[in-house]
Amino acid sequence: MHSDTHNNRWTEILKDGVIGAWPICLGYLAIGLAFGVIAQKAGLSPLEIGLMSVLVYAGSAQFIAVSMLSAGAGFVPIVLTAFTVNLRHLLMSSSLSTFMRNPGTGWLSLFAYGVTDESFALNSAKFREGRWDWRRALVLNHTANLAWIASTVAGGFGGEFIPAGAFGIDYALIAMFLCLLIFQLRGMLYVVVALIAGVLAVAIALLIPGNSYIVIASVIAAALGVTFRRRRLFSGAEGQP
Amino acid sequence: MIPDNYLYILLGMGIVTYVPRWLPLVLLSNRRLPEWFEQWLDLIPAAILSALILPILITTGEPRHLDLLRPELLVAVPTLLFAVRTRSLAGTVVIGMLLFWLAGKFI
Repeated sequence: MHSDTHNNRWTEILKDGVIGAWPICLGYLAIGLAFGVIAQKAGLSPLEIGLMSVLVYAGSAQFIAVSMLSAGAGFVPIVLTAFTVNLRHLLMSSSLSTFMRNPGTGWLSLFAYGVTDESFALNSAKFREGRWDWRRALVLNHTANLAWIASTVAGGFGGEFIPAGAFGIDYALIAMFLCLLIFQLRGMLYVVVALIAGVLAVAIALLIPGNSYIVIASVIAAALGVTFRRRRLFSGAEGQP
Repeated sequence: MIPDNYLYILLGMGIVTYVPRWLPLVLLSNRRLPEWFEQWLDLIPAAILSALILPILITTGEPRHLDLLRPELLVAVPTLLFAVRTRSLAGTVVIGMLLFWLAGKFI
């Protein structure tokens, strides 16, 4: 009991959340700077870049928005594109909701703002591992968010602060995703579902432009996984809901 | 050329991005869900991570096509093995970056 209250002091929570976010911050630094440089070349000021990072906070949608803006696209196509590109977060928030125990609607709403591919992947692994809770997840989300805002604005000043490809920083997020994928493979069932999702995603990605392949492949693969589990086709689901 | 309605575009993008992030958390947290739905959600992280990463590793270009010789893929193999062996996130990120950096120098 005593150690429990100690671990939940706000200084501990802040420390865990901020330190936990480091791989995302590293990756966002690279992508954020690159985004800032591109946006600046498209005519956006650092303030306009920062506003976009604060109000939208979604990497790939921001890249697409800048290229659409330079092509002269208007309100409706840009907003519709952002909607379709970011619809995948619906799945991620649904999955994260199973770990959120008792924060009020206000905290949930603040947490929701920080749900990205990267924070979803990292928080999911940490929730599984234990010693993680919604407060730490919230701090992690907003640490990553600050890193994104700061690096996009810094890039907006036009400096190539980090030479392209330096230290392999462009690979930080890919390596993080690879490792977090391994953490998710907790039995044969998960391996099979991941394989189906990956192959489907590649097939759909080759057929359809855009990123709808993420949602379509994951929904189908997880649904197949549920039927496999019902028929007890693969091991690894013991003790799971 | 930045349009006059730039701020409205940002607000529009922000709303349509935020709602899908927010709605499931508010609707589903602290709720008893049907068993099949919980089982489905339990499989979603493995499925999404794989669906996110594999196309990045083996497809490229616009329109997209298969490319099995990308440095991203070559580096992914030892990086994955390292992750399986050590189960260390920090180590995997550092090794992945190091190998990708070396790959950029020599390939």
